[in-house]
Amino acid sequence: MQLSTNIWVWLGVFFTLSVLSFLYKDNPFYKLAEHVTVGVSIGYAIVLWWNLTVYPRFIIPVFENGHFILIIPAILGLMMVLRIVPKWSWLSRYAICFTVGGGAGMGIPRSMQASVLRQLEATMLPLSLNSATGINNIVIFIGVLTVLIYFFFSKEHKGVFGGAAKIGIWFLMVGFGATFGYTVMARLSLFIGRVLFILQDFLGLNLAG
Amino acid sequence: MLWKKQIPLAITFITGLVFGIQYFVPHRTSENLFNAYVDWEIVIGIFGGILAYISFYRAHTMRIRKKAPAWQYSLVAIGISLLMIFFGFIQGTETGTFFSNMYFYVLVSIEGTMFSLLAFYISSAAYRAFRARSAQATALLIAAIIVMLGRIPLGEQLSFWKLIWSNAPSFTDIANWILNIPNMAAKRAMNLGIGLGIMMLSLKIVLGIERSYMGSGD
Amino acid sequence: MAELKQEKTFWEKLVQIDRRFIYLIIALAMTLPFFFQMGLPIPATKEVKDIYDLIETFKPNDVVILSADFDPSVSPELLPMFDAMFRHCLKAGVKVIAMSLYIQGPGLIEPVINQAAKDYNKVNGIDYAFLGWQYGYNLVVINMMENLKQTFPVDYYGERTEDLPILGNVNNYADYDLITSMNGSSTYMTWLLYAHEPYNVPMACGVTAVSAADVYPYIQSGQFIGMLGGLKGAAEYETLISEKRMATMGMEAQNWAHIFIILFIIIGNIGFFIIGRKK
Repeated sequence: MQLSTNIWVWLGVFFTLSVLSFLYKDNPFYKLAEHVTVGVSIGYAIVLWWNLTVYPRFIIPVFENGHFILIIPAILGLMMVLRIVPKWSWLSRYAICFTVGGGAGMGIPRSMQASVLRQLEATMLPLSLNSATGINNIVIFIGVLTVLIYFFFSKEHKGVFGGAAKIGIWFLMVGFGATFGYTVMARLSLFIGRVLFILQDFLGLNLAG
Repeated sequence: MLWKKQIPLAITFITGLVFGIQYFVPHRTSENLFNAYVDWEIVIGIFGGILAYISFYRAHTMRIRKKAPAWQYSLVAIGISLLMIFFGFIQGTETGTFFSNMYFYVLVSIEGTMFSLLAFYISSAAYRAFRARSAQATALLIAAIIVMLGRIPLGEQLSFWKLIWSNAPSFTDIANWILNIPNMAAKRAMNLGIGLGIMMLSLKIVLGIERSYMGSGD
Repeated sequence: MAELKQEKTFWEKLVQIDRRFIYLIIALAMTLPFFFQMGLPIPATKEVKDIYDLIETFKPNDVVILSADFDPSVSPELLPMFDAMFRHCLKAGVKVIAMSLYIQGPGLIEPVINQAAKDYNKVNGIDYAFLGWQYGYNLVVINMMENLKQTFPVDYYGERTEDLPILGNVNNYADYDLITSMNGSSTYMTWLLYAHEPYNVPMACGVTAVSAADVYPYIQSGQFIGMLGGLKGAAEYETLISEKRMATMGMEAQNWAHIFIILFIIIGNIGFFIIGRKK
């Protein structure tokens, strides 16, 4: 074991413990950590935003390469900034509508292709009782169909339709169970990451063996 | 009304229609138009950044000026952000600089730990809230437990029945089956619904039926 | 009227135990295993192995794009994935391009990239490129499918991408052999919608365990070649590249933490039924 001599590691441990102290109750150390996060995030974002986007994608093209057409979206962008002035905030709608309209238009065919058609196509599998794959394909087909039926609320869930919807609920429960199991795993992994930081980086333990 | 509502809605309709159709037109002109739109959008986004940053500094300076409760923390947030900007531009952003260290050691520690608190809350919830109150809730819990066991190396060792019947599926195998077959089927049906939902919402936006993104007022 | 104080039963006491006691147990379950490591094997699942196998078939000029689309909140899960895949690409000698659609991504992966490059004796701009971040999520994806160097005029260090030797012949979608997005939300859908579907670029993803169960439909449909799900996915990849790093070590604690959570569920439910039957 060799305690770290890096001041940054010590600072990292201090803030790790400050945040963990919230488990006991809210306190000034936790609040400090919260606001430091906001400050670091904003400062970090501004520097990257300038270095990687504003300068190479706007300043250089317009002022060095003479790509003056980009002045038009810049004016639209300035109109968006006017959102902070209540009297002129309606001007921001031009930029927002340009963005939202294009985004929605682009999304329609692509969503249809990736999330609907390709997914439906992948459900049309050869069904058979003679092999494990065939049986699994039957389970998949029944699962997709019955869950879709469950979510179809325009028809009352009665009779055969209601029975199919009930099977759908079972599939959903197993699906939610899988998600829950994985979620537990995710949450624990996050803390394990912090433990590794303290044991390895701060205490200098060689855990790799 | 015309300038405040109708023209913006017309812009949404025209851009939505053009870029919806563009997907099906593999012509050079159509692709150039698309690329020009993307360039324009990035420039608009740059100004979106300005809006976000102004909002941040405005909100926190207001808190300081009004001496709102715990206003000192706003001073910390502004001060640290200015330090980051100063060192980011003066020293650069490479590993080892103040900028990089503040990010990698301070921000990562805080944000990583904040979310890791969920490990404790989920443990407490597992103990107090996850009850097998019905047959379906029991199915959920069993699936969850199998996935939890199947996703750890110890799961294979805990499949004790394999000592008697070595070809029997282990927790890992059962978890894989659950994830790849019933879970997959349920999620696919949900994805189909989500996909159709996104399409419908997009269509409503393009047609001007959905207008909440424009904000309130005239 | 004096209230009759009823003595609590063992199960009632157990079910109502102070939450801080539970916190302590789970904290110990996630810390002590590092001192008593079991070193159990971590065999790779098909979803992980398929990605590994594809990269193994690549030739030196093939291009792999690794997009770190996440922020520090999920980095304990996703950073080891990025690390393992980046190392594999360097080892396999393919051209690897690191980038991020999240502004918080570059600061996370830069130290990891530098360390891996140092370990494998690789040089930025020649063996790999680090493009940093660019504004626009889907716009970036659309843009880089048509023109990579226009999308990223400079790399993270401010070097012109036109001048980077590694990007000499890398221009658009036709040059990308695999894109892998590591993300803590559903950013993989952005890549799927704007890169895979229109351009048919092979894709894989690395996701937090929270999202992992949602990705299976896209693997079965063949839209994704494979997936790294949570810390376990990263540990499997580390096993495949024969490097025991963060994720593999993390699995030691993950083992016991899962066991304790399951015990909590079981004890909680037994208590619930016993108390319920008594009432």
